[in-house]
Amino acid sequence: MILAIITISAMAGLFGLVLGYAAVRFKVEGNPVVDQIDALLPQTQCGQCTYPGCRPYAEAIASGEAPINQCPPGGQATIAALASLLDTEVLELNAEHGEHLDVPLVAVIDEQTCIGCTLCIQACPVDAILGASKHMHTVIAEECTGCKLCLPPCPVDCIDMIPSQQTIDDWKWSAPPDLLQEMQDA
Amino acid sequence: MTSVIVSSPFVAPGNKLRRLMLQVIIALLPGTLAYAWHFGPGVIINIVLAVLFALVFEAGILKLRAKPVMPHLADYSAVVAAWLFALCLPMHSPWWLVLIGVGFTMIAGKHLYGGLGFNPFNPAMVGYVVLLISFPREMTTWYLPASVSGETLSLTDALRYSFGNVDIGQWDALSSATPLDQVKTAVGQSISISEIRTSPVFGEFGGKGWEWIALGWFIGGLWLLLTRTIRWHIPAALLGGVLGMATLFYLVDPEIYASPLFHLLSGAVVIGAFFIATDPVTAATTDMGRVVYGFLIGVLIYIIRVWGGYPDGVAFAVLLANMCVPLIDYYTQPRTYGEK
Amino acid sequence: MLKLHHFHGGLHLDGHKTESLGRGLQQATLPERLFLPLRQHIGEYNKPLVKPGERVLKGQVIAANPSLICAAVHASTSGVVSAIGDYQVAHPSGQSDTCIVIDVDGKDEAVESTPPDPGELTSSEMIERICRAGIVGLGGAAFPTSPKLSRGKANGIDTLIINGVECEPYITCDDILMRHYAAEVLRGTGYLRQILQPSRTLIGIEDNKPEAIAEISRALAQNPLANTEIIPIPTIYPSGGEKQLIQILTGKEVPHGQLAFDIGLFCQNVGTCVAITRALEKDEPLISRVVTITGDNIGEPGNWEVRLGTPISHLIELAGGYGHAAGGHLVMGGPMMGFSLSSHQVPIVKASNCIMVMREETIPHAPGYHDECIRCSKCTEVCPAQLLPQQLYWHARAQAWERTQEFHLFDCIECGCCSAVCPSQIPLVQYYRAAKSEIRAAQKAQFKSDRARVRFEFREKRLLLKQQKDEERRRLKREALQKKRASPGTGEPAPDPVQAALERVKARKKSIQEESQ
Ligand code: SF4
Ligand code: SF4
Ligand code: SF4
Ligand code: SF4
Repeated sequence: MILAIITISAMAGLFGLVLGYAAVRFKVEGNPVVDQIDALLPQTQCGQCTYPGCRPYAEAIASGEAPINQCPPGGQATIAALASLLDTEVLELNAEHGEHLDVPLVAVIDEQTCIGCTLCIQACPVDAILGASKHMHTVIAEECTGCKLCLPPCPVDCIDMIPSQQTIDDWKWSAPPDLLQEMQDA
Repeated sequence: MTSVIVSSPFVAPGNKLRRLMLQVIIALLPGTLAYAWHFGPGVIINIVLAVLFALVFEAGILKLRAKPVMPHLADYSAVVAAWLFALCLPMHSPWWLVLIGVGFTMIAGKHLYGGLGFNPFNPAMVGYVVLLISFPREMTTWYLPASVSGETLSLTDALRYSFGNVDIGQWDALSSATPLDQVKTAVGQSISISEIRTSPVFGEFGGKGWEWIALGWFIGGLWLLLTRTIRWHIPAALLGGVLGMATLFYLVDPEIYASPLFHLLSGAVVIGAFFIATDPVTAATTDMGRVVYGFLIGVLIYIIRVWGGYPDGVAFAVLLANMCVPLIDYYTQPRTYGEK
Repeated sequence: MLKLHHFHGGLHLDGHKTESLGRGLQQATLPERLFLPLRQHIGEYNKPLVKPGERVLKGQVIAANPSLICAAVHASTSGVVSAIGDYQVAHPSGQSDTCIVIDVDGKDEAVESTPPDPGELTSSEMIERICRAGIVGLGGAAFPTSPKLSRGKANGIDTLIINGVECEPYITCDDILMRHYAAEVLRGTGYLRQILQPSRTLIGIEDNKPEAIAEISRALAQNPLANTEIIPIPTIYPSGGEKQLIQILTGKEVPHGQLAFDIGLFCQNVGTCVAITRALEKDEPLISRVVTITGDNIGEPGNWEVRLGTPISHLIELAGGYGHAAGGHLVMGGPMMGFSLSSHQVPIVKASNCIMVMREETIPHAPGYHDECIRCSKCTEVCPAQLLPQQLYWHARAQAWERTQEFHLFDCIECGCCSAVCPSQIPLVQYYRAAKSEIRAAQKAQFKSDRARVRFEFREKRLLLKQQKDEERRRLKREALQKKRASPGTGEPAPDPVQAALERVKARKKSIQEESQ
């Protein structure tokens, strides 16, 4: 009996030491969790999550202040990635914040109507609008994230959000009908 | 014109699941016939009962799971599993024993895990082991081969065994332990191998009759290899494992440890090597992994036979090795093209 | 004699080659209209250089892009550009892409050419001309040839491999091309040797093409090239894959993440050799190619030399129309790696080596049902990339993209061997293609979001800086003001500006009054 207790305690102690050593030796030098979260967010910077940009939302998630399901542009994929990073449950996207669009939007300015007020330039979180006072403005389509923040300031309503152009290179092979899914549905 | 996007290749499939399973069934025939020849029609009754029950179970469960029934029934995988299970039973098992065993095979062994392809354990072995643990008496009552007892049961007698209200114990005159059992008990009572070998159940190499059955399985195995239904790695490694262990200990002391040939030719080693361990779903998938897997089973069979609590160890060895499969697969991943 | 090596796996397939070999090489007639997609290669889009209504001549450049990874498009015959717009093109999606449409005038008038003496050209001039001729790899990948040559030349090439293997069933265009243009194949090989200066050249041809081997040997005997050998290789699919052919001929593997020329090897298809010969000797751009039309639903299968841009329907007519029932299933490429076409209006492009016209019944359709993987590993046995297809399948289906990459999804060459042997008939390749698309899309999105983050952070910094500057300015002003107020003793107090202004106004009023009096 005593022998058993001693052996088991000795083994437990040994394993403890090994694990402790391993924890020190193989410590993961990770970048702070905020950076990791921010890296997963879509960087649309739209504020739909109620935070002024992706980074503030990342900080809020990291501090436990906000749940992971408030980013519509990221949609379910981002939620899944966040859940796996933070090792939490996968949530449904909170519909209050908006819905996810499969094809990203892009802003276009109706150049006939634009009066050159520069208000949208100030609103754009990624500096994707070019223009100068009293001159026609235009959107750099590649840089536009489709955040819609430029819409409200425009005094003449000349900005439209259109689905970004999909070329033949954006086409995706679809997987065969998924049997696992069917099984779960059944 | 073409509306559905179909991905290449546009060739008719060369292999079909059904074809593979049919090959297995064909390959089972010689051994099964030899078995029936030596032990009477009970063997066939077991198989027929098991297959029928299995098909009923399979169809029922597929219905419950809202899956297509016919394509799955038509792949014959249930037939093969039931057949293999039935071969593990003692002949003249009562019908309810077959029913319970097949039930476990199909439900616990296969569908609880998600059906064909998802089960980690060999279904037939699951069914067999459950019975072996729950009904030890029924499961270890074997009968003398006709060549020893001099009697062959008629079909009607055999059917009475299966369906009649007959207590198995009454036929003691015909029942006997298997040669493997005898070796085990004998060694337990420190009777030497050469002494037991004089018992009438022993043949030239293994148990009487069992040699011929093993030969039958062997021929079937060759057929499977020839038709490329299975590959050589698992059978070779498994037989190598058993023979290696047996030779080693036989050389140490032939009076306590039976000869390698005896181990090879008695019990379920050959059918295990070619039919049971090669079940692709539960075996390792890489070439190297298959060698490791087969060898592991071979060694385990010998260990269980000689030092374990059961006379034959194929079922346990296979189940134990099944558990190791993910690990084996993980560590035996082959090098991909262009990788250093 | 060169020792041949093996690659892992592979399949012995029914060749189905004799069907299309019986009629030799035929010249296709001109269709009424040509549809020339702006991009017929791997790389960036060309920009059209012509406008609707313009008359173009055969060989005239009609679309180009100054980017390096690009191949210009030339008018394949003379005619009038009638439109530039979206038309269905050869793409597995069945989608449309921008094409230049030429109404053919039938005169087949060519632009003036200035054939040089290829012997006089330096290697960079040769590459220049190959670039201008819009030549791409004609084996199917359609990678622009000139950048490949420049890179190869810079890296130094030990072995030049000419690929005449053509391992896919049904396809015979390279076979026919070697039989009819053996001399041009070899002259092209010679030019490649001139450019790359390899120490040896190996011409690999599968041993199921004895006529092609004989023709090429004869041409080589007439026109010997130094250190050049014709190597018949055993028939096994996919021995014509670049990596597999390299492995067969040299025993080397292209290391993960590298390309053939990184290890001193250079592969080029026989068709490309012919195109190079024509570009250098006749200053003729790539405006036609040999195409096999075959399958079990075509009247007279055969090989045609076809102008690029010719709609497939025109070819089907030339080949005796549909065999059994009109329609059927059209495939561009071979049965193992080709893709279905959505329409017979799709034009022949540089990469089109074969058009299969199949009966719907012979094409195994994407089944609504397939069996589960039984882990039989038959797929692993045949995979030439030595992957574990069943593991890839498992992770691809679970959408575990990272795991698929750990199992080297992107090393899969989509050869189709695994799908062809799977007893559960799982459309494995489709799973891999879908997984690859998803991963590529995610990478693209990631790239975009990374840029957006940089721009966002830059803007935040800029705003912060601006705010700081503003504050700084305001602070300085405030301080200056306070300083002034705190030191009244220096000199005369400044006159009150308001008072001064009022006085100025008064003075002016006064002067105006005086003037008016
Ligand atoms: S909703 Fe998403 S994309 Fe928009 S700011 Fe918040 S985290 Fe960024
Ligand atoms: S252009 Fe408009 S929609 Fe696009 S990123 Fe800027 S503010 Fe957002
Ligand atoms: S061939 Fe098919 S069934 Fe066999 S292991 Fe591969 S994917 Fe699974
Ligand atoms: S398609 Fe990919 S995974 Fe399948 S055999 Fe070919 S290379 Fe291997």
